[in-house]
Amino acid sequence: MSETPPPRIVIVGAGPAGIRAAVMLVGAGLHPVVIDEGQRAGGQIYRRPPAGFARTPDQLYGSEAAKASALHALFDQLAEEGRLTHCAGSSVIAVQEDRLHVLGEGGVQVIFHDRLILATGASDRVAPVPGWQSAGVYSLGAAQIALKAQGVALGQRIVLIGSGPLLTLVGAQLVKAGADVAAVLDTSSWRQQMRGLWRLAARPLVALRGLALRVRLGGRYHTGVTLERIETDGNGVSAMRWRDAGGRQHLTPCDTIGMGWHLRAETHLADLAGCTFIYDERWWQWLPKTDQMGRAGNGTYLAGDGVRLLGADGAEIAGRLAAAACLADLGFPAPSTAADLRELARIERFACGLASTFPWPAAMVRALPGDAVVCRCENVTAGDVRESVDFGGGEANRVKSLSRVGMGRCQGRYCQLAAVELIAAQTGCTPAAVGRLRGQAPVRPAPVGAFLRDG
Amino acid sequence: MITAGRIVRLAEFDRAEVHFYLDGQMWSALAGDTVLTAMLASGNALRKSEFGAEPRAGFCLMGACQDCWVWQDEGPRLRACSTLLSEGMRLRTMPSESWL
Ligand SMILES: Cc1cc2nc3c(=O)[nH]c(=O)nc-3n(C[C@H](O)[C@H](O)[C@H](O)COP(=O)(O)OP(=O)(O)OC[C@H]3O[C@@H](n4cnc5c(N)ncnc54)[C@H](O)[C@@H]3O)c2cc1C
Ligand code: FES
Repeated sequence: MSETPPPRIVIVGAGPAGIRAAVMLVGAGLHPVVIDEGQRAGGQIYRRPPAGFARTPDQLYGSEAAKASALHALFDQLAEEGRLTHCAGSSVIAVQEDRLHVLGEGGVQVIFHDRLILATGASDRVAPVPGWQSAGVYSLGAAQIALKAQGVALGQRIVLIGSGPLLTLVGAQLVKAGADVAAVLDTSSWRQQMRGLWRLAARPLVALRGLALRVRLGGRYHTGVTLERIETDGNGVSAMRWRDAGGRQHLTPCDTIGMGWHLRAETHLADLAGCTFIYDERWWQWLPKTDQMGRAGNGTYLAGDGVRLLGADGAEIAGRLAAAACLADLGFPAPSTAADLRELARIERFACGLASTFPWPAAMVRALPGDAVVCRCENVTAGDVRESVDFGGGEANRVKSLSRVGMGRCQGRYCQLAAVELIAAQTGCTPAAVGRLRGQAPVRPAPVGAFLRDG
Repeated sequence: MITAGRIVRLAEFDRAEVHFYLDGQMWSALAGDTVLTAMLASGNALRKSEFGAEPRAGFCLMGACQDCWVWQDEGPRLRACSTLLSEGMRLRTMPSESWL
């Protein structure tokens, strides 16, 4: 009698979403494969420093230390007991039907799957500010990763710019660690922030924690600012030029900038897996379409910040839901999901409040001077983008092939939202009508040698 | 602790020293440093942009932007933010002459 082999389930991402999905699958007696680029499981918020570092979880994760430790311990235990396979330090660079191409230290390997759970998280949503291509300009996430995973500040005098929960959080974390934070400049106005406030009441404790962080920043924090330019010298950043809400000019000397306007879902793999995308006006970005459990069709499931920007607690729930959907679809008994779905709805109300409180700076991007760099990879300027619209029309992929915006090695991760905004302004249509830059494999640059070694 | 480069060390001082070469000059860093941390604790930038005059020093630190690829004296290029430094690495901010 031949036994049917157990289904092969692959999870990409070992953040809170991926870990919770894995735990549920193991609980049902399955053996998932979890692939992550990081050496140690945890994802962005619960990122762990390399072995040999000494700070405690309390020092690293603050109010979230208990959650971080619980997830790390659970995952490490399952990996140690051999109940899941953890492919650490491995990037999924392409998806082709039931095959994943995975780049690790030994080159590219192909991993087969019957079901695929993508929990790829998010990265900073950035908007160009003139001068941002210079050395010393980083994403807000980068400033936090440097602190968490390396115990360093990226410069001697730091100015943080942008908007969103990470802006005040990273500011407060840097100040606490002893870094010199000269200013924290929020482009969202008081009025905008008050408008979103009632929705934030869906999670009063989290909202209060955010306000407490702001208090800790004291006079460094300014709301409703206009960012003019990042001044540079031969070495990189030398100052931030900005205007306050009252219109007064400021020049703040610094050698480092951290920038970010909340987050952008990391959707490249979902794109390659054939997911449908819709433009979500609440988040000002294209997001893959799923049902409330995370089913995207074709045996693909999406969970966490890679599909909806609900934060770490939401990611844990979404990971469980995606695994439950996967189990149900495979004919395994799946646990009840009613409580998780209710909690996720509450978290989503809060997250929508955040999105409207700290909006994408559309007007700032539309007003960029022609010589401002939009694509950091290849120094494509706002003028280049506008010119190619005038020449070839306003469809995103056409502008990409004419101007090369979105073609560089970051694959449009850090320029596509700004490019779309510029195209929309030039043609007088909405960002949704401009279209979406299609993702291409490999999603990370792979050395040619990696493929050769693989034969 | 202020370094010779742009980075300031704020914690985790108690680690073994690791030595490496940057454009031919020997430097020391700490075990567990990424190539990016080590290079920016020793100098101001990782590389020159191929498309403009400005030096580059990384941007995302999470493997997404690809701004931080650096050369070695020999062997493949490295993504500095996601590669740990190892003893004796020979790193360069510019390709070696023989590559030009
Ligand atoms: C830089 C940064 C810092 C943040 N800091 C905070 C914070 O301090 N507090 C807070 O509340 N929220 C923070 N957030 C938001 C928070 O990270 C998320 O809400 C939460 O981590 C989402 O969990 P997740 O499991 O969906 O994704 P993540 O935790 O982001 O995990 C996704 C994982 O997928 C892996 N991955 C992605 N693509 C691939 C691929 N192609 N191949 C292999 N592996 C891949 C990544 O390496 C990562 O480990 C931060 C977000 C970012 C981007
Ligand atoms: S700094 Fe972005 S990939 Fe290394």
